[in-house]
Amino acid sequence: MSTITTARPSTHLNEQTLREMFWVMLLSRRLDERSWALHRQGKIAFHISGMGHEAAQVGSAFALNRGVDYTHPYYRDLALSLAMGLTPTDFMLSLFGKAGEPSSGARQMPSHFGSKRLNIVSGSAPVATQVPQAAGLAFAIKYKQTTGLVDPNDATQPRVALTSLGEGATSQGEWHEGMNWAGVHKLPFICLVQNNIYAISVPIESQMAVANVADRATAYGVTGVVVDGNDLLAVYDVMVEAVERAYAGEGATLVEAKTYRPVPHSSDDDDRSYRSRAEVEEWKQKDPINRFRDYLIAETILSPAQLDDYEHRARAEVDQAQAAAEATPDPAPEAALGDIYAPSEAV
Amino acid sequence: MARMTLIDAIRIAMDEELDRDTRVFITGEDVGPRGGVFRATQGLFDKYGATRVVDSPLAELSIVAVGIGAALADLRPICEIQFADFIHPAFNQIVNEAAKLYYRSDGQWRVPLVIRAPYGGGIGGGLYHSQSVEAFFAHVPGLKIVVPSTPQDAKGLLKSAVRDPNPVLYFEPKKGYRAIKGEVPDDDYTIPIGPARVAREGGDLSVFAYGMMAHYAEQAAEQVAQADGIDAEVIDLRTLLPVDKDAILNSIKKTNKALIVYEANHTMGYGAEVAAVIGDEGFEYLDGPIKRLTGPDVPAMPYSHAMQEFFMPNPTSIADAIRELAAY
Repeated sequence: MSTITTARPSTHLNEQTLREMFWVMLLSRRLDERSWALHRQGKIAFHISGMGHEAAQVGSAFALNRGVDYTHPYYRDLALSLAMGLTPTDFMLSLFGKAGEPSSGARQMPSHFGSKRLNIVSGSAPVATQVPQAAGLAFAIKYKQTTGLVDPNDATQPRVALTSLGEGATSQGEWHEGMNWAGVHKLPFICLVQNNIYAISVPIESQMAVANVADRATAYGVTGVVVDGNDLLAVYDVMVEAVERAYAGEGATLVEAKTYRPVPHSSDDDDRSYRSRAEVEEWKQKDPINRFRDYLIAETILSPAQLDDYEHRARAEVDQAQAAAEATPDPAPEAALGDIYAPSEAV
Repeated sequence: MARMTLIDAIRIAMDEELDRDTRVFITGEDVGPRGGVFRATQGLFDKYGATRVVDSPLAELSIVAVGIGAALADLRPICEIQFADFIHPAFNQIVNEAAKLYYRSDGQWRVPLVIRAPYGGGIGGGLYHSQSVEAFFAHVPGLKIVVPSTPQDAKGLLKSAVRDPNPVLYFEPKKGYRAIKGEVPDDDYTIPIGPARVAREGGDLSVFAYGMMAHYAEQAAEQVAQADGIDAEVIDLRTLLPVDKDAILNSIKKTNKALIVYEANHTMGYGAEVAAVIGDEGFEYLDGPIKRLTGPDVPAMPYSHAMQEFFMPNPTSIADAIRELAAY
């Protein structure tokens, strides 16, 4: 375990950046809430939520060279993907499965984020498959630097690969194999585990016999860090250290952000069967967005009037995104037949 | 031109591709100083170093998955699975990931990945060093599958696989690694992935095969030509996915009879698809039943020499099947 002993990197964030971090979290939350409503109205087939995870994701995203460094996210990473550059309209197109949906052309279920332009690798539904692939991305970064294909200090090139997943997915062999490669090859790799203590219904004590996922870091020869995933700036601080470690060629980091999912696993889940309402209420009191909002207001970085303005803007953006998606046609049915093989190119 | 073995041609193809393109690297178990358990990568570690010829941890899933990640980052990995029997832990990464990434990203993320694996029986490998796994993967659009049977094809097809922007499974008939020899051009040639090869022209019937069975089928065809005056055509399919329907149908139009040979288990094997193509689009040309000569439907190939030889088709059993079908 490493702890933050030096000056916290977040103290260097200017007020505008702090407000931007808040904005992304707020926008993600309002978009997420609307998605639940759209499902309950019967307008969309499925939604899987990132609510409660916004601080873990936005704190991580802002530590990266966004849109350049590789991310290989999982299905809860709505706020992370928005921070990287996907838009509410992009997400609404995925919910409605409409033409031009940018991550997959509406082939994938919603929340399978991806963008070549933003170096967000398209993910699948089987959990942890992205982890050894992200080790491969990190391997490629190091390989290109070692063989002279890229300059290690060229900030227009990816210099770290971050992948993220839930604590349940760390039970998969794929997680182990990815962590092992990252350790053996000392890769510029960050594994962000968003530990919300439930894998759908299965609680953490049925998932692992150790107290922290990050305790396993030692076994892979990488740095392990536990952080309060509902504390935006704490996440940012440990993530900056992890990114600097990767950029400096000093190896991989396993970051475990402890958080909670205050809503069911997905639109098809009912969490009343496996946890008490009292527990959920208790965690809602620790909501990461409210916590950061209160901090910004107390520090007079955000005024109540600005907060109102943010809320109006978020609502307007979500309204606009929904309207745009609803007005977009379905993909051509024959689009199901496209993109099976990439065309050959001149070597 | 130089005469060489199948495995020499494979190694030379990798050597030339490593030399041509810095993005090409090799990973797998024992591929480094050891040069691979079959010596496919012999000398490459010394020539290109530990950065480009990388001994992997003993874990097939991540050999493939790290290859996928590196391919997404525009490198050109050649991943070696030591025996095709050990590819199953990587099934999820091959089928759910490599094969689907281009499709699921609307054509944004390509996976220019080669997975090499020795396959097939006849070397005393028993249940877990003899398997033919091609049919599992031939059911998966998004993958390409190549099985060479001659040194010339092995070099040209492997170069095409390395340069292909898609995931290519390259299955090598391990019994033929040193048993199969042939002339190989010295130059930097490629053989396209897709078209089958007419290994022997003939008019009486068609034998469809690949890998070691294509090699055996040519021997069997020579046998029956000399002993029985039967003129068999041998089609070496060499690319299993995409399916070369034209080559299959063109041969059937000419010969009107089909024998399909593969050493995997009989039921749901690759030959079932060849038979279906003929039955579906070549029915009017047929002048006899579509026959398959295959391994038996048992879980895997036994170790005992007697049982192994019983399991595998060979030139004699292929010649017998040719005679039987010719007489129909």
